[in-house]
Amino acid sequence: MSDSSFENLPKGWKSVPSDLGSDQTAFKGVQWGKAMMWIFLLSDTFIFSCFLISYMKGRASTVVDWPNTSQVFSLDFMGVPVPLLLIAIMTFVLITSSGTMALAVKYGYEKNKKMCGWFILATAIGGLTFVGMQAYEWSKLIHEGVRPWSNPFGAGQFGSYFFMITGFHGTHVSIGVIFLFIFARKVFRGDFDTGRRGFFTTMKSDYVSIEILGLYWHFVDLVWVFIFAFFYLW
Amino acid sequence: MSQNSEIDKNKEKSTSTHKIGIYLWIWGLLFVLSFFSYMVDWYQFQGLLRWSLILFFMFLKAGLIMAFFMHLFWERYALVNVLLWPMTAIACFVGLMVAEGKYTVFTRFIYFVLGE
Repeated sequence: MSDSSFENLPKGWKSVPSDLGSDQTAFKGVQWGKAMMWIFLLSDTFIFSCFLISYMKGRASTVVDWPNTSQVFSLDFMGVPVPLLLIAIMTFVLITSSGTMALAVKYGYEKNKKMCGWFILATAIGGLTFVGMQAYEWSKLIHEGVRPWSNPFGAGQFGSYFFMITGFHGTHVSIGVIFLFIFARKVFRGDFDTGRRGFFTTMKSDYVSIEILGLYWHFVDLVWVFIFAFFYLW
Repeated sequence: MSQNSEIDKNKEKSTSTHKIGIYLWIWGLLFVLSFFSYMVDWYQFQGLLRWSLILFFMFLKAGLIMAFFMHLFWERYALVNVLLWPMTAIACFVGLMVAEGKYTVFTRFIYFVLGE
């Protein structure tokens, strides 16, 4: 931390017992909303871990061959099937939106209202693109006969894990997009400069909110890194 | 305590602003690593090489996102520990389920495949 007041406090591993055992604030320099978001993300990590672990267990214990994801998720490009093309594009779109979110947080802390707002909007559009491509992918697979109970490519469990895991992730992206649009409006209106109270929480807020929103968005990207590795590549 | 009152003064003021270069670097690295992990599938690497490369790129990407985009690199250890230790529990859970999966597929082979 660059906060000058923390320089007197212990650093490194010694800081853990001293921070946790100290008065008033365990997480020094972390606004309460940010700590709450981290704890929410930790619980979300448990949910996604449970999904991915049950997928691993289901895939490891089936006696029928697992569908070849490289072929199932291939996309025809000019008549040639390219393996995982749509998934690769989706991955790059989500990483791009993660990068724009990081810049939005940076400009938020510099109180640069315009740049912050535009980068949040860019992030929201990236997220929308991702959800759109996921909807296309779902409809394509459903059209090819993939169902939660059976599919023409191999083990029947494939469909249920696919719809459950990507569906839950897609829901997270969609909720994130809604909040990105709301916060873009709040930033452009100058809510975080004037301390205007939120319509729902009725609390004043500042640009820390953008970092909290950013944490959620990066987490969505983080989960996709794991889904991409375990579900699509493995 | 003088230390605590100083912290109270600064509690609402978050100062974690960093140079734009670090974000652009991490962004670029994430692109390159994603490209490499896509190449693992493109060249159809199989077996040990495939999954060790997938895991390597995955953990590298996850680490970069958490450390720099989510600012964990700049947070104090108290918060980092609260987040990382439960993930160790998840890793144990994964280990348990790997063993369980092996046992399930073993019994299924015995009773479904050999039994017929």
